[in-house]
Amino acid sequence: MRAVARIAARPDGRGGTALPLLTGDGPLALRRTSHPEGGGAAQVTIVGAMAAPLGGDRLRIEVTVAAGARLRVTSAAATVSLPGRIPAPAHYDLDLTVAEGGELEWLPEPVIAAQGSVLRMTTRVTLAAGARLLLREEQVLGRSGEAPGRLTARLTLRHDGRTVLDQQTDLGPGAPGWDGPAVLAEHRALGQLLLCEPSLTEKPATARFLAEGAAEAALLPLAGAPALLVTAAAPDGLRLRRAIDRVL
Amino acid sequence: MMNPALLVLADGRFPAGGHAHSGGAEAAVKAGRIRDSAGLAAFCAGRLHTAGLTAAALAAAAAGGRIDPLDLDRAADARMPSPALRAASRRLGRQLIRAARTVWPDAALERLAAERPRGVHQPVVLGLTAAAAGLTPADAASAAAYESVSGPVTACVRLLGLDPFRATAVLAGLTAELAEVAARAGEAAAEAGATGDLDALPAASAPLLDLYAEQHAGWAVRLFAS
Repeated sequence: MRAVARIAARPDGRGGTALPLLTGDGPLALRRTSHPEGGGAAQVTIVGAMAAPLGGDRLRIEVTVAAGARLRVTSAAATVSLPGRIPAPAHYDLDLTVAEGGELEWLPEPVIAAQGSVLRMTTRVTLAAGARLLLREEQVLGRSGEAPGRLTARLTLRHDGRTVLDQQTDLGPGAPGWDGPAVLAEHRALGQLLLCEPSLTEKPATARFLAEGAAEAALLPLAGAPALLVTAAAPDGLRLRRAIDRVL
Repeated sequence: MMNPALLVLADGRFPAGGHAHSGGAEAAVKAGRIRDSAGLAAFCAGRLHTAGLTAAALAAAAAGGRIDPLDLDRAADARMPSPALRAASRRLGRQLIRAARTVWPDAALERLAAERPRGVHQPVVLGLTAAAAGLTPADAASAAAYESVSGPVTACVRLLGLDPFRATAVLAGLTAELAEVAARAGEAAAEAGATGDLDALPAASAPLLDLYAEQHAGWAVRLFAS
């Protein structure tokens, strides 16, 4: 199955954000929901209309935020990657673009790689200078009490025409060394929080490490952009979320 | 036939300061995740296929001479979100270029040293050094891939008092994977050189290596610099 969802956000001229484009098919149903903080921001929730992605599926979400628009995207539930009838990987591609003065918060629920599934995710973020971004990605290997699936994820951030983050992780059965002491060891959940905020130019963040129980996290200021990455690893999704929230 | 200059470059006694770095092994030992040669082998396999692959491709691309080393330096920055890792990599690059300028005098190395006195990422310098020594991009990839595991192995002999015979057996056990990683790195670097698309370079990373680097940088007492 192939499915594409598209969201475009632009200022509505009255201090709010309009969504001139809001389309999704197959498992990628989109709903405009009310933003908890109100203000001028719009919120869209991805509603999982059916189980996806399955092996062989190709899902894609494209988001563009125009200058002055503010958009938050959430999801109603976790995305569960499942093995399909076709023994092929599923692909899930996100393409997020924000213009100068625009703001995007991409805060979906975790992606869970169920046993036997193979998923390749790419998240490509393109920001103009002066754009704001808050992006959270959480990956959980296996449902509760289940062996992990395979999850390969690449996250890139282009800021003002320059690639300032390019990071790929390859986790789960078949990925070399993934559960060894260099990559994930005993953890089964991995998270990233990417923040790009023009004010970090004047007030740069300081790197720090935090261990909380069995979870560990680090705040990592990036080179070449007013941006930082939080990386966290934990035994499960619950402790992962807590560690991400604590270190920021 | 193999160019013996590769033996000189990859020799652990090459005076470029690599012996002071454990590649994350010191923090992994402290975390109790490396206790013996089996744990060391698992650590090395993970490091080789992540940071090792990425470094090998950068080195091969630099040795290929078709991409501006400063662009490769920025690509290395993007592939190292940890400031502690970026600092260690630049320090190692600075030490390597200092040695290389005497060992294999070369115009490209002089230019780079003049343009970036505060240091360029080590894999980029390694690639230019390999080219100055008359080595191929494939050689540069092999040297970088080998370095990604030889450092942690040597470090674990000191950190754990590991039997040096068993530690070296870990390296010997990785040779097939080393060849595979170096070959993949070389192919990716050739593609990046031909198309000018730096996204073709691998960006394989290991979450715990980033976490170890920041944790380790905060320690008051440590045996290794990184």
